[in-house]
Amino acid sequence: MNIQWIALIVVLFLSGPVWAGEARPLADDPASEARLKHLAVELRCLVCQNQTLADSNAPLAEDLRREVREMIAKNMSDQEIIEFLTARYGDFVLYRPPLKATTTLLWVGPFLLVIVGATALIITLRRRAGKVVDVPVTEDEHRRVEQLLTEGGKRP
Amino acid sequence: MIPEIGHFALILALCVAVVQGILPIYGAAVGNSALMAVAKPAARGQFLLVLTAFGCLAYAFAEKDFSVLYVAATSNSQLPLHYRLAAIWGAHEGSLLLWTLILTIWMFAVTLFSAHLPESTRSRILGVMGLVSIGFLLFMLTVSNPFERLIPAAAEGRDLNPLLQDPGMVIHPPMLYMGYVGFSVAFAFAIAALLGGNLDAAWARWSRPWTTVAWCFLTVGIAMGSGWAYYELGWGGWWFWDPVENASFMPWLAGTALVHSLAVTDKRGGFKVWTVLLAIMAFSLSLLGTFLVRSGVLTSVHAFATDPKRGMFILAFLAIVIGGSLALYAWRAPRVGLGGSFAAMSREGMLLANNVLLVAAMGSVLLGTLYPLFLDALDLGKISVGPPYFDSVFVPLMAPAVFLMGVGPLAQWKKASLPDLAKRLKWAFGVSVITAIVLPFVMGTWTPLLSLGLLLAIWIATTSVVTLRERLTHVAGNSLGERLASVPRSYWGMLVAHCGIAVFIVGVTMVKGFETEKDVRMNVGETATIGDYLFRFDGAQDVVGPNYTAARGSFSVSRDGRETTVLYPEKRRYTAQNQVMTEAAIDPGLLRDLYVSLGEPLDDGAWSVRLYHKPFVDWIWGGCFIMALGGVLAISDRRYRIAWRRQEPAVPAATRAARRKVA
Repeated sequence: MNIQWIALIVVLFLSGPVWAGEARPLADDPASEARLKHLAVELRCLVCQNQTLADSNAPLAEDLRREVREMIAKNMSDQEIIEFLTARYGDFVLYRPPLKATTTLLWVGPFLLVIVGATALIITLRRRAGKVVDVPVTEDEHRRVEQLLTEGGKRP
Repeated sequence: MIPEIGHFALILALCVAVVQGILPIYGAAVGNSALMAVAKPAARGQFLLVLTAFGCLAYAFAEKDFSVLYVAATSNSQLPLHYRLAAIWGAHEGSLLLWTLILTIWMFAVTLFSAHLPESTRSRILGVMGLVSIGFLLFMLTVSNPFERLIPAAAEGRDLNPLLQDPGMVIHPPMLYMGYVGFSVAFAFAIAALLGGNLDAAWARWSRPWTTVAWCFLTVGIAMGSGWAYYELGWGGWWFWDPVENASFMPWLAGTALVHSLAVTDKRGGFKVWTVLLAIMAFSLSLLGTFLVRSGVLTSVHAFATDPKRGMFILAFLAIVIGGSLALYAWRAPRVGLGGSFAAMSREGMLLANNVLLVAAMGSVLLGTLYPLFLDALDLGKISVGPPYFDSVFVPLMAPAVFLMGVGPLAQWKKASLPDLAKRLKWAFGVSVITAIVLPFVMGTWTPLLSLGLLLAIWIATTSVVTLRERLTHVAGNSLGERLASVPRSYWGMLVAHCGIAVFIVGVTMVKGFETEKDVRMNVGETATIGDYLFRFDGAQDVVGPNYTAARGSFSVSRDGRETTVLYPEKRRYTAQNQVMTEAAIDPGLLRDLYVSLGEPLDDGAWSVRLYHKPFVDWIWGGCFIMALGGVLAISDRRYRIAWRRQEPAVPAATRAARRKVA
């Protein structure tokens, strides 16, 4: 350890205020806080534009977080808490929309798109294979393209 | 007076746009070269007129002319000049003017770099762009006039939303719009080709650089928006699948598919019909995105206007542009040839499969974005579609696409052999799988998603190495340096862009897997530890900004006793509208970001504080910039440069003389 090091450490000690302790977490119980976090990232802050309950600083979000904390303290399961919240606020509070009649298309849609796309692709390729006479871009065309690109087009 | 000049310039621009939208297209249809020759000067004239209008609005903002309604609504006399100028696109009316200005900039660029196009093609392209421009100018002049007067003038402006008072506001919207509007060129090329019935390889070659440039701008624009949200919103997120973000992401997905599809049309003459459809799709989504964000349909930071007249105009405009181009497509596309044949297992086949996945992903984003609106409109209940939905839908769609991304560049055109590919890729595959399984254990946590993310990233990296190595054995040159130099730029562009995706995936995976956060109550002198870093709170003091007052906290960060940095997060109160904003402080780094934001003041000088340790988060944006760099490399390829350089002389002197006589 050289002089500079010692100096740095001395400066660090002198410059700061008195060494104080480790900051307390905002929540009293880290375990229940982790559960709150886990729940809150999938819940919507109802008064915000588009923010989760976990991220929002709005007073109403603060209240709702406190309520959820209380429910966790009462030993309710995640399922029960979510049921309670949807009963009160509707599906709007859930960022993961529940699967029901009106949301079937929402959940099935993406995979339907892939299946339809893949089927269309295969059918088109099959039909195409039957129809196509191999006319790739010929040498002549390549030359014409190069000519068009380098020398300008012919007048129509 | 100046605002009236701007207004008048817009009216003149509309007149020019009508001429530009009708005469050249008609001229091209009947083969009248005098009419076609109108396109170029009209486009340039329109550019100057819209630029004048834009300048007039800028002047009104710079001079704090609060007798202009829009200026009074979005700025304030205390707002610094650069934010007053950025406030031009701070709300609905002005951002449409920016859109139109950028459209005319692209038009102007087309007139500069189109000397090698046949005159009929060029006239049709500029004509189509003129038609699009008519829609926007008409919209501004009828229902969304940025020059509307406020009489008597307001004594003070209402101020720009504090969220938007950030350097990001100066650069992000213009970049994004350059991308959005840039797809209008690809769109105009496609429509022109449909009109002229000449969808050939030359058409694809011409559209490619334009599409790539637009794609680069859009990539950078989206990345900047995401980065801005990250440091400005104060909760450390970088993407929330907000409808506004989705609005920019959908054209990006369609544009990415288009870039790849154009490559096939250019090289092999295939996919023509599909390429045209993608070009229409990319631009339609850009239009949809612009209006989704700006119409007030979505309640979000970016939505400003709620006016039914505007809504009707927008719907009608979208219906005409999208419906019209699809109708033209349905009418003309069947006459387009098929191009070269290819087997399902070939580079064409894989690119097509990738296209299907990209478009399906785009469709899913569209579905998730519009679904709540439709349910609400049909009175079937209000739902929220958020990150959990998009994450669970998007990952399964993109994972196979990324896998194919590794194989595609190695597959031969026309027909590839699966056993042969497997043989060439077995090392890459082995290395990726083993690293992806082992690495998370070494780092401490193993989750399936972490492993999958790393697998995909390493897969892209290793296959890129294999691709490059094989390519090097095929090019001429003795030394390695010579051979590296003789690999064409466009090929480097592809590799670099793909590696950008890998870097991006590493960022996303690592930050999702390993980020840690802490909500603490900190008194002066207290410390908190997060991810090896010790944060000491040295108190907060009041500071005064140009148009806000703030409490600025001071945090000394150290690691193993060594001071790393001092961070100053702020809690600002903007005086004009008494709004409170959280200004996070970030210490960025290649391997991690440290992020502090101030919560609320508590009793006796203590604050609630949120601390984040975000490993590899900058790789997310770094990856996007690398992708864009790949695009830049691709367009700097020799063959395009040759095309740009040789311009005017192609026109025979006789034609030029004839044109001069007409003019």
